[in-house]
Amino acid sequence: MNIHEYQAKAVLKSYGAPVAAGVAVFSAQEAEAAAKSLPGPVYVVKTQIHAGGRGKGKFKELGPDAKGGVRVVRSVDEVKSNAAEMLGNTLVTKQTGPAGKQVNRLYIEDGAAIARELYLSLLVDRGTGRVAFVASTEGGMDIETVAAETPEKILTLPIDPESGVTDLDAIRLAEALKLEEPAKSEGMALFKTLYKAFTDKDMSLLEINPLVVLEDGHVRVLDAKVSFENNALFRHPDIAELRDETEEDPKEIEASKYDLSYVALDGDIGCMVNGAGLAMATMDIIKLYGAEPANFLDVGGGATTEKVTAAFKIITADPNVKGILVNIFGGIMRCDIIAEGVVTAVKEVGLKVPLVVRLEGTNVERGKQIINESGLNVIAADDLDDAAQKIVKAVKG
Amino acid sequence: MSILVNKDTKIIVQGLTGKTGSFHTEQALAYFGTQMVAGIHPKKGGEKWTAGPGAGKAAGKELPIFATVGEAKEATGATATVVYVPPAGAAAAIIEAIDAEIPFITCITEGIPVLDMVKVKARLEKSNSRLLGPNCPGILTPEECKIGIMPGSIFSKGSVGVVSRSGTLTYEAVFQTTNVGLGQTTAVGIGGDPVKGTEFIDVLEMFLADEATKSIIMIGEIGGSAEEDAAQFLADEAKKGRRKPVVGFIAGRTAPPGRTMGHAGAVISGGKGGAEDKIAAMQAAGIAVSPSPARLGVTLAEVLKG
Repeated sequence: MNIHEYQAKAVLKSYGAPVAAGVAVFSAQEAEAAAKSLPGPVYVVKTQIHAGGRGKGKFKELGPDAKGGVRVVRSVDEVKSNAAEMLGNTLVTKQTGPAGKQVNRLYIEDGAAIARELYLSLLVDRGTGRVAFVASTEGGMDIETVAAETPEKILTLPIDPESGVTDLDAIRLAEALKLEEPAKSEGMALFKTLYKAFTDKDMSLLEINPLVVLEDGHVRVLDAKVSFENNALFRHPDIAELRDETEEDPKEIEASKYDLSYVALDGDIGCMVNGAGLAMATMDIIKLYGAEPANFLDVGGGATTEKVTAAFKIITADPNVKGILVNIFGGIMRCDIIAEGVVTAVKEVGLKVPLVVRLEGTNVERGKQIINESGLNVIAADDLDDAAQKIVKAVKG
Repeated sequence: MSILVNKDTKIIVQGLTGKTGSFHTEQALAYFGTQMVAGIHPKKGGEKWTAGPGAGKAAGKELPIFATVGEAKEATGATATVVYVPPAGAAAAIIEAIDAEIPFITCITEGIPVLDMVKVKARLEKSNSRLLGPNCPGILTPEECKIGIMPGSIFSKGSVGVVSRSGTLTYEAVFQTTNVGLGQTTAVGIGGDPVKGTEFIDVLEMFLADEATKSIIMIGEIGGSAEEDAAQFLADEAKKGRRKPVVGFIAGRTAPPGRTMGHAGAVISGGKGGAEDKIAAMQAAGIAVSPSPARLGVTLAEVLKG
């Protein structure tokens, strides 16, 4: 689960990390009031969307010369006018895709006199199975670009979960970031603070880009991107409350209510599959035969008829879907349960597009029997190749 | 021959008394009499669990329940456990098995917080236990032993070693190798989580060493670099003269970057973990990568014909 920058900063601040004073706002009036509450004379007006690249982003509705999604201004009036220009409009960044994202919230922050921009993040390093810091002196730019062009400027430091961040770890990070006093001591404390926040709250990513050294020599968290691990939200009700559903696809929200794993895509063949690997492979094989999948959907191992019905409804609600492929290899999931779910769903919502069903595994004969006896216009398939070819042919003619 | 488990493997079930644990323990008992020997429940020690009709001929069989893994191991001589405990308590269950010095631990549970697994992994590294999973379908040696949730009916005894990050794609590979008449030595699901116990390389090493395993199917997916590491491992071993025919498949060629595709570990992030890089690495190591998950068995049969 992703959260907004201002929420991330509030979480980090609660652990004692140095962040600037700031206020989240939903209107130009609130922006003006927020600016008045800050010391000034420099303010930063930042769009709050779940995507990076905001500073270099462009507003769809504004001219090509209009400023981006992060603006530095020098008066309360400018805060208000810029807020009015940004709110309600659509920001397109390299991470939003061409459709962009509507800006509903802004963060008005106290400006900073920056001497150096650094990069610092925490993530779970799969290679070592540990939480690792990634630190670089090259802040303010894409870490992927730094990794590709100057990998020697990046330090990746895995942390032993039983000892946490040691003084030695902190010194290595401070040296990698070339911190000098007072930033060095502050940085060494900050590393431990961030590690504590990361592990306490079950984060999956904590990225500070940039971490800055101010002209007065102190460090500050200038931007913050935090993601939480969905599997751990059950033990963090305070974090779960930060979810902003307006940032998510409504079909994905509906799917999550039924504990279905669903990702919306751009193609026209809807898929319902059991198992994440098989669901991806089903998408791949649709593409292999010349069409594009409309979604990833894993009904999971313990699906009920009700869950399958919900999945079917979500797929058919997508207006782009011109055909549906149901691909089930029953292990825990029994084919007869899937068959009953499909039949129930079709009877309930109707079937306006071709439907290919491939069943294999546990109770496959009963499953096929249920489909055959339902009287529904279902195209049966023998294996995954056959199923993919049949649905592509049915859609493309 | 086989790897990791055989007819002599004695297995404790952590989470036996739950619905999932009960169901799959019955299935395991029904599968060539897999030696399920005990269950664990902290408050039900001393009670018994009775297999229902799902256990087939073993229906009515009673298993003792112990309060701790240590007691169960002591009483039964078990060498393996399988964990069906729900996500919130699963890591603690694995750690209990590690502390009891169980040699082989399989965790089926999906949805364990990754930072719990980071702690488990640190404990594992200081122990002699091997963990398979979590978020995996388990392991099956045909006609001998079934740990986990794989459907036994699709297996046949044979010569192919199967290793996979995905459950249902494991079934595809097993089913297809059965259909082309090759059969399996052992099928191992290593699981879809980013931090796990057993990696591809561990299983490939065992398949290379196992005389009965004549060929291997390896199924990977997007996310991380375990497939690249495995390809490098196979290339290095081949140079030493240890080589077996390998057919591969990578799921997720069409997955968009930055989106987690069902499995917690299946995500292309920061430009890394994409399918094409993995396929290229596997092909460079001499692995025949099938473009279609429906052609694993046929591709392997073709490779073996030469």
